[in-house]
Amino acid sequence: MAIIETRALAKSYGKIQAVRGIDLSIEKGEIFGLLGPNGAGKTTTIGMLCTILRPSSGSASIAGYDIVNKPAEVRRNVGIVFQDLTLDTILTGIENLELHARLYGIPSVIRKARIEEMLDLVDLKDRAHDITRTYSGGMRRRLELVRGLLHRPAVLFLDEPTLGLDPQTRARIWDYIKKMAENEGITVVLTTHYMEEAEQVCDRVGIIDYGRIIALGTPEELKDSLGGYMVVMRVNDPPLDTLRGLPYVSGVALNGGMVEITMKEAHLHLPDLLSRIRNVESVETRAPTLNDVFIKLTGRDIREEYTEDTGGWVESAARYRQRGN
Amino acid sequence: MNPRLVIAREGIDLMHEGHFKRELRGIYAVWWREFKIFQREKSRVVASVVQPLLWLFLFGSGVGASFSVGGVNYRDYIYPGILSMSVLFGSVFFGLYIIWDRKIDVLKAVLVAPVSRVSIFFGKVLGGCTDIIIQVLILFAFSFLFPAVNLWGIPLALGILLITAIAMVSLGLAIGSLFESLEGFQLVATFVVFPLFFLSGALFPVDERLPIWLQGAVKLNPLTYTVDGVRYALLGLNNFPLYVDIGIIVVFALLMIIMGSILFSRMK
Repeated sequence: MAIIETRALAKSYGKIQAVRGIDLSIEKGEIFGLLGPNGAGKTTTIGMLCTILRPSSGSASIAGYDIVNKPAEVRRNVGIVFQDLTLDTILTGIENLELHARLYGIPSVIRKARIEEMLDLVDLKDRAHDITRTYSGGMRRRLELVRGLLHRPAVLFLDEPTLGLDPQTRARIWDYIKKMAENEGITVVLTTHYMEEAEQVCDRVGIIDYGRIIALGTPEELKDSLGGYMVVMRVNDPPLDTLRGLPYVSGVALNGGMVEITMKEAHLHLPDLLSRIRNVESVETRAPTLNDVFIKLTGRDIREEYTEDTGGWVESAARYRQRGN
Repeated sequence: MNPRLVIAREGIDLMHEGHFKRELRGIYAVWWREFKIFQREKSRVVASVVQPLLWLFLFGSGVGASFSVGGVNYRDYIYPGILSMSVLFGSVFFGLYIIWDRKIDVLKAVLVAPVSRVSIFFGKVLGGCTDIIIQVLILFAFSFLFPAVNLWGIPLALGILLITAIAMVSLGLAIGSLFESLEGFQLVATFVVFPLFFLSGALFPVDERLPIWLQGAVKLNPLTYTVDGVRYALLGLNNFPLYVDIGIIVVFALLMIIMGSILFSRMK
């Protein structure tokens, strides 16, 4: 049986339907990515699975325990790393882990060894006795990751684990996540809007939009579903209709000043394609990304959503900065 | 032995752990956190001890130069009142501190642990009471400077102040659960804490010389009975029988615990 099972899981706030019925089945040991723009229902879904939010309808179970009827058992079996930093910044690193160990009832005989093992995993041993207020953003994240793991959950939920971090730190965090999943043999469910990063880390992804899963599969499967390679051109006055009529072209989209063409066997058909367009200023071919999948399915660019939409993460980033003081 | 194997086995044992034991451990964990923070924030402790001493030695000595009440020097007379004041302020503000905890999301990680909200509430109450009682003990250490104070009355006074601390931390947590912004702090200080203090008879005797409206307000104030009980224990002066004082404080504490745990459990 799958470690996470959801059946028509839904949540509404008054008239607003945040999650509109999600059916998922996630196997033990998977790293599963829940991808989607702001307000798509990612955080709400995770909130329900962690028993923080009560579903309006539908059901779900984790490690065989129903999230509504057996919340204490579910809580014991899940670890969660929130989008916002939730460390106790007056306590030291080791004290934060100790508090967590006590709350989860990890017996004192193994507490110390387990905490050391965890600090070692994220290379925080030499800062363990420092107050976490003095930690950098990346260090705080790392500590939160292992705090979520401390009680050996069956499932670890990570809500935007790299939000607000610089690219280098983000790459390191992903390395740690992969290492943790391997070492501990646990199931990881994460949300992120960094599509490229999700591609590298996740075994399987579900794309969620307006509270529904609109695509589900391995990153390769989803990219293959686009039907081939991406050709991106800068063209004056592109003959869109002509392009759409070509047999080997599976999609044409305008993105800024660029024409993005999805086509099969680009290496064979590119000369023919170029012969039909005049005034080509530049051409670039690349493999499709998950972001292309997202654009194809929703007609929107997830990156644009995140720069234009103020929404949750600008606020989180602001709070994040505030906490650094 | 490989710790991982041990943990795996313990993990299974934990699933069968009793409900009651789990909650007790949760209460202890929250208390442990509060006590760590108390130990770390020494400046808070110093401030909370120095402030009542300023009241006693600057205000009390000043007024005491020309006044005494019931044959007791005014400075000694307000000692029980100032003890009660420091319990009131310390407790309510400790409880209200959860507004800040929520703002910086410290509570979030605690609230998803497999421990009930009510246990987290009790852990907080115990943590607050520990802080307050330590502060009160420090203030008691100065009691030899007040000639009128009967040192044998200290245990009774401590008991009354402990029950009051339980009530007032619960009240602070209850109010804190309702507020989402720190502006609430100022409101509560102005409209709850200061009236409770001024209307408690901490600084003046509660008798028929007071205007009628003031007498009524003072008698409705639960802190009045704390001050009266502590004053009886330490100075042998009282306006109400001791059983009335204790009875009212206990009932008030129970009401606050019930209200606090309900509001804390419903907190978003």
